[in-house]
Amino acid sequence: MTDELSTEPELEPELEPERYELHAGPAFHFDIARRDFFKTAGGGVFIALALRGSLAQESGGGQRRGQGGGMPKEIGAWLHIAEDGAVTVYTGKVEVGQNIRTSLAQVVAEELRVPMASIKMVMGDTDVTPYDAGTFGSLTTRMMSPQLRKAAAAAREVLIDFAAERGKVERGELVVADGRITHAATRQSFSFGSLTHGQRVTKVISDSVVTTPADQWKIAGKSALKVNARDIVTGKHQYASDIKRPGLLYGKVLRPSTLNATLASVDLRDAEKLPGVTVVRDGDFVGVAAASENSAAKAVNDIHAEWKTAPHPPSRDLFDYLRKNPAQSQRPEGRAAFTAGSIEAGLAAGEHKLQQSYTIAYIAHIPLEPRAAVAEWNDGKLTVWTGTQRPFGVRSELAQAFHIAEDKVRVLVPDTGSGYGGKHTGEAAIEAARIAKSAGKPVKVVWTREEEFNWAYFRPAGVIDVSSAVSGEGKITAWEFHNFNSGEAGIRTLYEIPNQKIQFHPTRTPLRQGSYRALAATANHFARESHMDELARLVNMDPLEFRLKNLKDERLRAVLQATAKRFGWGKTKPAPGHGFGIAGGFEKGGYVAMCADVAVDRATASVKIARVVASFECGTIINPDQLKNQIEGSVVMGIGGALFESIEFEDGRLLNGKLSRYRVPRFSDAPSIEVVLLDRKDLASAGAGETPIAGLAPAVGNAIFDAIGVRARSLPMRLEKPIARSTRG
Amino acid sequence: MPNVFELIINSTKRKVDVDSDRSLLSVLRDDLDLTGSKYGCGEGQCGACTVLIDGKAIRSCITTVGSAAGKRITTIEGLEQHGRLHPVQQAFIDADAMQCGYCTTGMIVSAAALLAKNSDPNTEEIIRHMEGNVCRCGTYPRIVAAIHKAAKAKA
Ligand code: FES
Ligand code: FES
Repeated sequence: MTDELSTEPELEPELEPERYELHAGPAFHFDIARRDFFKTAGGGVFIALALRGSLAQESGGGQRRGQGGGMPKEIGAWLHIAEDGAVTVYTGKVEVGQNIRTSLAQVVAEELRVPMASIKMVMGDTDVTPYDAGTFGSLTTRMMSPQLRKAAAAAREVLIDFAAERGKVERGELVVADGRITHAATRQSFSFGSLTHGQRVTKVISDSVVTTPADQWKIAGKSALKVNARDIVTGKHQYASDIKRPGLLYGKVLRPSTLNATLASVDLRDAEKLPGVTVVRDGDFVGVAAASENSAAKAVNDIHAEWKTAPHPPSRDLFDYLRKNPAQSQRPEGRAAFTAGSIEAGLAAGEHKLQQSYTIAYIAHIPLEPRAAVAEWNDGKLTVWTGTQRPFGVRSELAQAFHIAEDKVRVLVPDTGSGYGGKHTGEAAIEAARIAKSAGKPVKVVWTREEEFNWAYFRPAGVIDVSSAVSGEGKITAWEFHNFNSGEAGIRTLYEIPNQKIQFHPTRTPLRQGSYRALAATANHFARESHMDELARLVNMDPLEFRLKNLKDERLRAVLQATAKRFGWGKTKPAPGHGFGIAGGFEKGGYVAMCADVAVDRATASVKIARVVASFECGTIINPDQLKNQIEGSVVMGIGGALFESIEFEDGRLLNGKLSRYRVPRFSDAPSIEVVLLDRKDLASAGAGETPIAGLAPAVGNAIFDAIGVRARSLPMRLEKPIARSTRG
Repeated sequence: MPNVFELIINSTKRKVDVDSDRSLLSVLRDDLDLTGSKYGCGEGQCGACTVLIDGKAIRSCITTVGSAAGKRITTIEGLEQHGRLHPVQQAFIDADAMQCGYCTTGMIVSAAALLAKNSDPNTEEIIRHMEGNVCRCGTYPRIVAAIHKAAKAKA
């Protein structure tokens, strides 16, 4: 049976404009492979959730129901209850450490009324999971979680129908619990397996399904341990870099001499003479395959290449370069600005004016598992295991690279050694596939850490100019904000300001850049919340009081106040050499506020973050402990960008492109972290993997100022030493 | 120059025929299928590849297989005994001390080495011992808590 497709669930929102590296996928996704899968997967109950885009297409064709039993083209999620009662959930999302394998299983268990252990999540396998644009933008919790809840709720209702029929009882008298449906009066009880047995039901549902309200949740909304934790602590879990195939060879790619070099000529003869080595040249691509990683590396060393290089701006001139080099595709005046009132009038109305610039360095993601892929060809069909946040995007990249149809490519993504926005692309997948094609055997390519630094992509650097005015009583009258290159995420202010002009200016970029956890929200929050602090000092107001005076938004007020309360803001004084800072903001459905207690050593100009209180509100909480884990992780990761991470380059070479030269946060850098969660059961859940990171840098910068009276306006905030005694603190 | 070595791994003797200059890490992973030890940097900076050699935590990425021959090597796969997790492994699960989990095996092996010589380390001692292990997901506070938990469980 195929139900009528009624109301229209939301489509995933448009991608943020600064996701430079995302290409638009093909307009249609033909689900041939999955239809086969449907036929072959046996009996039981299938629930598929249709998305609005597909319904619009279907209804455009004048058909609104049925479609002869066919599936709509865009399906958000599958859920299958097999004849033995096993529950399998299929989603194109991937697990990169944000713990959605667990949190998605929780919501399905909740709606189906089964223990979590009975649910199997199949994720990020392009042959069996529904199309998905990718795991980014904190969309999983906002979009996928409600879809799976609906699919599970619909499955439960189908099973209740079966039970009512089988037991000849009123369906309203049936109770679902622990994987069974029970009728108390007649003492009948059916397991899911017994109800699905002999059935073959495919049901396409839409948005009208009623799900369990959050305040009645028993499994979701509670802390649950990571479902595959045991495999991780024993080393059994296989990341893409751990995958082995029969006859596997190890691949290695010849890298250019500098970041912008192109191949002039190459002599492969020495490498080709090596026993057991396959050398592949295809245009500018040169790679090898050998029986071990070591032999492959040695073979690459035996390739003699000449490179053409071109001038490349050094990192010390970076910010000047960004200001002077608008992106070629842009009109010189930049992207359309957001405006309100009149900046001129606002500036004239203020008593104090302030103009400041803030800069943000390029930084590297450094996912601890570098890019890795295993590729194998069988009868013209390509299978690739790789760690990526966009399995279907990588499938398209591979199909395009090899001029084959997408249904000839299967991409599988094992739970991955993190991404932070840095694994949206399929470089290693393409390299492994290209070498495997020539070698005639499966090939694994694992990037070295140095390759990952040099040939992945960076968080965009940026320059932000802010010009503002404030009245004597502390009301902001004008706010002009220009961001060069770092991006638009989190660029708008929630403060009540009558006169605003806010504009993003795309520029040319010396380094390859792309998404990074929270995108430009970190840069924009740093500039905005530092500037807010400067304005508060200008009018001699407490920084929290100043913010609240200019803020109506209830949700941001709530997190600021919750943080301040737990921190003891205004109640305690910093210890000698310490300072306190506060900052807050909003992005991707989440509201964050942080207070930091920071110690500055004047002699060494070193900064130690002693304590951070972070409060966060993202609607209904699905798993409180894992949410805390994400916020703590954001604080720790954020320390790197705030205090020491920065990519330096000269003559087209990275000067610090290895872990021994690039400082990342370590054990001793982690402050004491307290997390205050605000649970808004009346609001839909939003994701939490990204936004909290945006709160850290400004809270720390404001605390540094509080400690020593020096304002750091560049990320990372490196202080000049020694810090003069004349500065306060 | 190919070379046959006898390695004593997790109390089992294993023969390998490999170049002596290969890293112990690559031999464990690629030749012996012990993929629980991870590559994170290849220069001794991240600890993802940590194994025990004669009870001491070492970075297998910068240790040649030749130099490890004949010594007692313990990898993450050897910590579980008769289906029972090592207390540090159990504590990492209970304290939810992981996100992507890629650093986790190296962290656990490093922590096991610490607890073997100091059964009740204080927080400062834990931080000092673990400083060479990187968790890019930032789970340090949870890892410290897990190590305290494991110390209690062992006592
Ligand atoms: S891989 Fe050995 S220390 Fe990083
Ligand atoms: S959990 Fe991801 S690197 Fe530690």
